[in-house]
Amino acid sequence: MSFIKTTASTLAITAISATAAAARDNVQVAGSSTVLPYASIVAEAFGDNTDFPTPVVESGGSSAGLARFCEGIGETTIDVANASRGIRDGEIEECAANGVTDIIEVRIGYDGIVFASQIDGPDFTAFTPSDLFNALAPQVMVDGELVDNPYTQWSEFNADLPAADILAFIPGTKHGTREVFEEKVIAVGCEETGAFEAMMEAGMSEDDAEDACLAVRTDGLSVDIDGDYTETLASIDANPNAIGVFGLAFYENNTDTLKVATMSGVEPTTETIAAGDYPVSRPLYFYIKGAHIGVIPGLKEYAQFFMADELAGPDGPLAQYGLVSDPELAATQAKIEAEEAM
Amino acid sequence: MTASPKSSLLTVDARTKKRNAAEKRFKAYGIVAIAIGLMFLVVLLTSILRSGLPAFTNTVVALEATVTQEDYDAAEGQLLKTAAYEALLVAKVNEFLTAQGSTIEVDEDFITDRLVPKTGATIREFYKANPDQIGQPVTFNLPASTRISRYFEGDLLREDVTDSRFLMVEDLDVVDEMIAAGLITTAFDWNFITGTDTAVDNPGGAGIGASVIGSFFMMIVVLLLALPIGVAASIYLEEFAPKNRLTDLIEVNISNLAAVPSIVFGILGLAVFIQFAHLPQSAPLVGGLVLTLMTLPTIIISTRASLKSVPPSIRDAALGVGASKMQAVFHHVLPLAMPGILTGTIIGLAQALGETAPLLLIGMVGYVAREYPDGIISGFVDSNSAMPAQIYTWAARADTGFYEKAWGGIIVLLVFLLTMNLIAILLRRRFERRW
Repeated sequence: MSFIKTTASTLAITAISATAAAARDNVQVAGSSTVLPYASIVAEAFGDNTDFPTPVVESGGSSAGLARFCEGIGETTIDVANASRGIRDGEIEECAANGVTDIIEVRIGYDGIVFASQIDGPDFTAFTPSDLFNALAPQVMVDGELVDNPYTQWSEFNADLPAADILAFIPGTKHGTREVFEEKVIAVGCEETGAFEAMMEAGMSEDDAEDACLAVRTDGLSVDIDGDYTETLASIDANPNAIGVFGLAFYENNTDTLKVATMSGVEPTTETIAAGDYPVSRPLYFYIKGAHIGVIPGLKEYAQFFMADELAGPDGPLAQYGLVSDPELAATQAKIEAEEAM
Repeated sequence: MTASPKSSLLTVDARTKKRNAAEKRFKAYGIVAIAIGLMFLVVLLTSILRSGLPAFTNTVVALEATVTQEDYDAAEGQLLKTAAYEALLVAKVNEFLTAQGSTIEVDEDFITDRLVPKTGATIREFYKANPDQIGQPVTFNLPASTRISRYFEGDLLREDVTDSRFLMVEDLDVVDEMIAAGLITTAFDWNFITGTDTAVDNPGGAGIGASVIGSFFMMIVVLLLALPIGVAASIYLEEFAPKNRLTDLIEVNISNLAAVPSIVFGILGLAVFIQFAHLPQSAPLVGGLVLTLMTLPTIIISTRASLKSVPPSIRDAALGVGASKMQAVFHHVLPLAMPGILTGTIIGLAQALGETAPLLLIGMVGYVAREYPDGIISGFVDSNSAMPAQIYTWAARADTGFYEKAWGGIIVLLVFLLTMNLIAILLRRRFERRW
């Protein structure tokens, strides 16, 4: 009998605690693992410096975060979604279908994507988008013809590069970083080398050719990393000849083991990215659920605190950690103040 | 008359010799296998201890500060109050340097970014809790930055330092002065055991305490649900259920369930408890429910095994003196099976304690274990992490200081697991009966 009693009382406790869960007093954030470090810095400082509880910041990726953001409104859904890309139209529709309408978009700043290799490895110090396209595309231009990628060494298509075997660790397709890598590097290389035109001439439609441009070779010389940058770093450690794709902040934390390459002659630094000189960078965002402002205590204050000059400004802790601060910070601050939805 | 045999009658023929040799070889293989296993264990333990023990100590810098009422009000008036408190230390450090006869002068960035970053919260909390200390000289023991503590411990050499926002070569002159004056020391880091998670730029302040609490509440949920459900199910199946196709099917499925990868339970938990039942995200309650599903088969299987090992004579005797079937089970069989049930439960709990995969899916990774729960209910429903999820989170962070913390977290987790297994062994030794 006592077992039945215990079970019943346990279920009762569970039910009571589930009801108690309805009163949430902390901000809940989820999304991009690129934005996570910045969000966690802000969340900790927010807890330390205000009377609000410290927000919870979960990781999981931009798409997963936005999907959860769009699940609906209410205290069991998240208040803020972090994203390393802009919200897509489909996601806005999905949101609207679930009653999430007043979405406030906040651009935090910019993040640079760098190509780095082992500090003692071959001399990978300067790349152009064409080099990476030649190294990683499934089909490249050789003597004016589009052929299956014959290259196995960097020096085969650019004599300035070291005679080392091609091996690149690139972000997997579920990462926001992959999109930037494809658009700002591979697609650019595709056009520069003339592969795009060759594809069009071969009878492909423009859309098909654009898609084909973004493909990477599948013979094992280009490896997708679905985990985070620590995994890429471990792969680089194990392969002296390999190059890997990292966020600028991650690289700056590991300058003792990694060396970085310039892209089209520009070195990736917070200055070159802020000035727009370094080509491979992207804006970072977070999205606030308008309907939760005033319901979840501290939500608007969190957003205001995040974008305050003391934090997101050029001298703040976020810039310290590698974020390239947004020159239009004041406009963003005004937007949050006015709760201006998209 | 026959001659008496000079030696044993037994003559070892070739076949026996061959069999004996085979046995010897087999023994040798066994010893080699054990030796390899032990060697791996030793390598594993030494590498864990070597990498993880540094997490239990930290390099602290003793800095004296006198915060006046004006300083306090000015700092409280700012948005980033904690940084303002750190900046108050600059003057004192410069005074110290002048007193040491040094001509170096440090600026605010040296204190707030490179020497004792992110320690303003400690100073602020101290003055909020002890307002009577305002205006008095107070010495704070603040954790040093990762790089300075590596330099102090000799892991980072001066010639390897290149100027960066984390450490400038000239900083080391100041640090050397401080070491000479005995201001920088190594201390046991209680905060690692009792503290909460910190942001990615603050490895020095990170502690595993909050996630230990998270794990504790999860284990309570597992114990309260899995033990009664598991035991009730096994008693019914073992003692009361008729043997037919249906119960056979149930039995086969319980055994299958025990072999289901834990990540599957995570997906199930996400779909059922969070998306359907709308239980809170990253709550120990949900973690506990998911781990209950995972632990149930283990408990059922071990409970049934211990019920089976109670001899039928006990049941027959009880029934013989007129006990009902239920009385026979609850008064006689169950008490005798209890040690086995408890051992199975503790082993199941220990397994659940170390499980990471399902927790990844219910939102326990990220910056989650950042505060202690306010009370019992809050402990169950407020966002928190668990030890293995916290270790996973730390291992993925860019700052090498967190890597060390992850190894330290493994040691704490192992201590808990060893304790639980030890309790299980003791219980079995103490109460086990042989028939």
